[in-house]
Amino acid sequence: MNELYPLIFVFLMALSMLIYVVLDGYDLGVGILLRRASDAHKDEMIASIGPFWDANETWLVLGVGILLVAFPVAHGVILGGLYLPVAFMLAGLILRGVAFDFRVKAHDDHRVWWNRAFYFGSLLAAFSQGFMLGIYLLGFHYTFASISFAAFIGLCLIAGYSLLGATWLILKSENGLLDRAVLWARGSLWLTGIGIVAVSIATPLVSARIFDKWFALPNFFLLAPIPLLTAALFFICERTLKKMLTGQPHRAWLPFACAVGMFLLAFIGLAYSLFPYLVVDQLTYRDAATAPETLQVMLIGVAITLPAILGYTAYSYRVFWGKSRALSY
Amino acid sequence: MDPLILARIQFATNISFHILFPTITIAMGWLLLFFKLRFRATGDDKWMQAYGFWVKVFALSFALGVVSGITMSFQFGTNWPGYMQKVGNIAGPLLAYEVLSAFFLEATFLGVMLFGRSRVSENVHTAATLLVAGGTTLSAFWILALNSWMQTPAGFEMINGQAHVTSWLAVVFNPSFTYRLPHMLLASGLTASFLMAGVSAYQWLRGDRAPAVLAALRTGVFVAATLIPVQIFIGDAHGLNTLEHQPAKVAAMEGIWQTERGAPALAFALPNEKEHRNDYAVGIPKLAALILTHTPDGEIKGLDEFPDRHPPVAPVFWGFRVMVGTGMAMLAISWLSAWRLRRRGEPGVWLARALVAMTFSGWLATLAGWYVTEIGRQPWLVTGVLLARDAAAATPVPLLGISLGIYLSLYALLILSYVSVVFHMARKHVGTRTIYGELPA
Repeated sequence: MNELYPLIFVFLMALSMLIYVVLDGYDLGVGILLRRASDAHKDEMIASIGPFWDANETWLVLGVGILLVAFPVAHGVILGGLYLPVAFMLAGLILRGVAFDFRVKAHDDHRVWWNRAFYFGSLLAAFSQGFMLGIYLLGFHYTFASISFAAFIGLCLIAGYSLLGATWLILKSENGLLDRAVLWARGSLWLTGIGIVAVSIATPLVSARIFDKWFALPNFFLLAPIPLLTAALFFICERTLKKMLTGQPHRAWLPFACAVGMFLLAFIGLAYSLFPYLVVDQLTYRDAATAPETLQVMLIGVAITLPAILGYTAYSYRVFWGKSRALSY
Repeated sequence: MDPLILARIQFATNISFHILFPTITIAMGWLLLFFKLRFRATGDDKWMQAYGFWVKVFALSFALGVVSGITMSFQFGTNWPGYMQKVGNIAGPLLAYEVLSAFFLEATFLGVMLFGRSRVSENVHTAATLLVAGGTTLSAFWILALNSWMQTPAGFEMINGQAHVTSWLAVVFNPSFTYRLPHMLLASGLTASFLMAGVSAYQWLRGDRAPAVLAALRTGVFVAATLIPVQIFIGDAHGLNTLEHQPAKVAAMEGIWQTERGAPALAFALPNEKEHRNDYAVGIPKLAALILTHTPDGEIKGLDEFPDRHPPVAPVFWGFRVMVGTGMAMLAISWLSAWRLRRRGEPGVWLARALVAMTFSGWLATLAGWYVTEIGRQPWLVTGVLLARDAAAATPVPLLGISLGIYLSLYALLILSYVSVVFHMARKHVGTRTIYGELPA
């Protein structure tokens, strides 16, 4: 059982990060798209994420929290290696989080600045997260090549979050904004796809171990569904968006589901490549884990609270189901 | 510059900025619940108008607390890696329980509380308010347990240089926890009630005499007037507890260099670290001894008894005086206002101005108090177990400097915006406002 605890916690950490990326992904994406919207649409867009963003960001605290308390050594190595990008990401998250509230409460003359802060903060947070992923995959080296690669991933993640945001808006909005959201979704879909391909090519190249994990037989065939499914989702998403543009019958939830599915598959692929390492080819989750007694105490807490958290999160989404209404309280 | 000092300044900057907002929201949640329950009981709409205004201040404060809290979860590890290595078995679960039991609860039900009133029943909305208030308080419980444990560690043994828990009950209910938790909750109560009283007094001064404004004003003033004597009593008990467990901190608070009997309570002094004495000391003879030992000739250990293991004196000494001084001002203003409100029903121009001046007095007292307790713990990170310098990371100075610069400029901007937006909202808030005239001269 003692060997099992670290495994459970590495799974929980991955789960929190995945939930974070999808949930905060759509609300960061809405923030990134804000700049392109008219003032009336801006309020509508922000209303669609209003009840959720606080809780969405809490998943990041949980994910990083698990890294800190369950794998303290890895927390130091990873976040030490990403020190400045982390500082920029935090600055972005702070800026957008507060701009969300300030923009409706501040003086009318200042509103335009808080809108910009909301957009810029979302953009900075998304870019930094992608940049962090790139630097992390390449082993925390800051060379011209690795920085360029990381910056490219940063741009792709901006596109990925925009895709989540735009498809979320397709679910939550009506009429004018809905039409804009479809266009945004199409634009970001392609860059997202390119980003996924780039990470998929880069990871096997930085590590022979990862290369073998994917390309040795029979793994290659067993794993083939991951890229194939991703491609399928990409084309379903593309086709549905096209139908929306031309006014053919379609399912409004399909683009968001496809976007989430693509993130899920990319995440699974990445997790498979890295496992059992927390720091690529250097530090495994077993070596980084804290004492089993401590993990045990925390697992009790997780067992009690996680079902409750999932339960009331689902409740909250049910309360605010359907097209969002004007933000008022 | 010394990276240890930079790392400490950076951490102190973040945690100081962070604590401002939970200090408001912990108690404000309960005040909102009070408004909601009064509305349910009386049907008087002024309570819902007061709720409607203060829930906005709550949401803004909460957002600032959330985003600055995210920063904390990163900095524990990046600034103090030795901390998790040595005492992670204690700090880890306490932090994890805070996130799991409190953070999601408050964040999720805040959404229902803010935006859900038209979508859920009144009972569910009241329950959401209760859950948010309960969540913020629960989070204070866990974090204060950890902080108190760092001050007065208990319930563990050291095996191979790592702390291992022997009793979780002893860890959580360590010797200073039962004093520090109520002290902090009361500090939150005072911060929120003075904020409420101050902003309402500002609205009143500007001619906004709506029933909702007066209801919030009365709530703020009466809550403050009730809590402040309790806080002074708890604070005194907390001081005695500190004398027992952390005598060096108390010696720094009182500016006592050499062990002495019948020590005076100093109103003013410039602690001189080089020569181990105070310059320009002005004090009341025997008062410190009387307060701390309850006898006029009681003995208090001086800082010289703790060579190299006592905190820097000046910030602790002055932090303590700022906290106590603010507390005394709170006592005077809240009691005068309460008395006046009971007799006349309105505060009067000068008391209203005094309340406006005291709007953020809770922040001042809370920060000063935290500086006393945290700087007073130095050079230890965990008293007797881990020195701060042994826990620090080898982060290069430029990285610390750049990130500190980012945080400092961001926080300065945000505090400025917060204060000005709260007053802007107060001006803009025209519920069922009755104007008796222009600004009183």
